[in-house]
Amino acid sequence: MTVTADSARDYSLTGVDTERAKAEGLANADWYHTDVPRKVMKELMQRRDGPAIRDTALWFALLGLTAWGGVAFWGSWSCVPFWFAYGVLYGSACDSRWHECGHGTAFRTQWMNDLVYHIASFQVVRNPVSWRWSHARHHTDTIIVGRDPEIACMRPPNVVKLLAAYAGVYGMWESLVGLVKNALGQLTDGEKDYIPQTEWAKAILAARLHMAVYAATLVAAVAWQSWIPLMLIGGPRIYGAWHMIMTGLIQHCGLAENVTDHRLNSRTVYMNPVSRWLYWNMNYHVEHHMFPMVPYHALPRLHEVLKHDLPVPNSSIWDAYREAIPAVLRQARDLNYAVRKPLPPTARPYQEGATNG
Amino acid sequence: MAEWTRVCPVDDIDPEDVIRFDHAGRTYAVYRAEDGTAFATDGLCTHENVHLADGLVMGDQIECPKHNGRFNIKTGQALRAPVCINLKTWPARVVDGHIEIEV
Ligand code: FES
Repeated sequence: MTVTADSARDYSLTGVDTERAKAEGLANADWYHTDVPRKVMKELMQRRDGPAIRDTALWFALLGLTAWGGVAFWGSWSCVPFWFAYGVLYGSACDSRWHECGHGTAFRTQWMNDLVYHIASFQVVRNPVSWRWSHARHHTDTIIVGRDPEIACMRPPNVVKLLAAYAGVYGMWESLVGLVKNALGQLTDGEKDYIPQTEWAKAILAARLHMAVYAATLVAAVAWQSWIPLMLIGGPRIYGAWHMIMTGLIQHCGLAENVTDHRLNSRTVYMNPVSRWLYWNMNYHVEHHMFPMVPYHALPRLHEVLKHDLPVPNSSIWDAYREAIPAVLRQARDLNYAVRKPLPPTARPYQEGATNG
Repeated sequence: MAEWTRVCPVDDIDPEDVIRFDHAGRTYAVYRAEDGTAFATDGLCTHENVHLADGLVMGDQIECPKHNGRFNIKTGQALRAPVCINLKTWPARVVDGHIEIEV
């Protein structure tokens, strides 16, 4: 395999690519935005409690029902569909709830955002303090090498790791190791880079609280000689994470790095209604990155407003993988390869290069 | 020395909205509250240099369009991460149907 030497990447947040991104004006750059009349944008940004209260009530009801079924039918094959559903509701839907409530856009009422954010952070095994800052950086410097801490598909791709992610074990292990380190009072260099020092103590406290609940769950499992506590708490982040991985990997994989136009590095994918509900409409990913103020329930309307300026969305999850998998495999040989989609005639050209540099 | 500077007719800003006002090499965010009162702050978010005029006014808060950090538009107080540093506020008033700020 031949890899172009001059394009080797350093994805750490304190390495040579960090300096390169800063020097080239890619850090904190001015990103491309489609022109949207202020009145329309204001209407789209409006916050409401109704949709998220409805979805959250349904989510908790389904979690309760499926957990009950899993426990009630434990020991027989009848429990399998209940655990399957519980796993996805816990281990996958938590990601979109974490995300949307972290932005503070799901509910109009802030304490509701905060409450669901903390529950979902626990479920997805993410430190609620540090990940808030990591995600802010992801939005400032989306897929900028050396700046974005949330790049899932690095180059050259680690295909085994990407496949293992579906089994959930790898992600859970990485997340737990991170939490344990935080609980021991350690922050990585990357975390120190994107979390302000005033927040470090809060990040450590949050990790300790999460680890205390996991420790209690383990104690319960041992004391009762039962797998059920682990099936209910923590375990779903492994056996139910596949939907989160399936939808999350197609957000950016195979697309461009080091650009300042979300149409080049993010993917909008039409999805079935169940996946959209679990994913809270994050399939409209270009739209979300361009206008993160727009709540999840308004993203389909935002899509209608923007679509004249965006590449044609992938028609399904399958279609997105048919595009992303060959691209990622090609990146094993050619680190600089990325899918570049044609724009419709109504669109403004792609923004090339950085504009603040 | 600070002096009162005319920004725009008050009706140019919708109730509970904000506009960007550039003056003498500086950028401001000028707000019209639901009840018609005017307020003014620095125009750029204290987290990163993003114009708050593209954000959303909700009551007496402005939400930044980049990472959803929030400030109180009357006091400039930083209310929601990732903003940690307060925003500078400027005196504002409505005179003869126009908003003026003292800068
Ligand atoms: S730039 Fe305003 S919250 Fe980040």
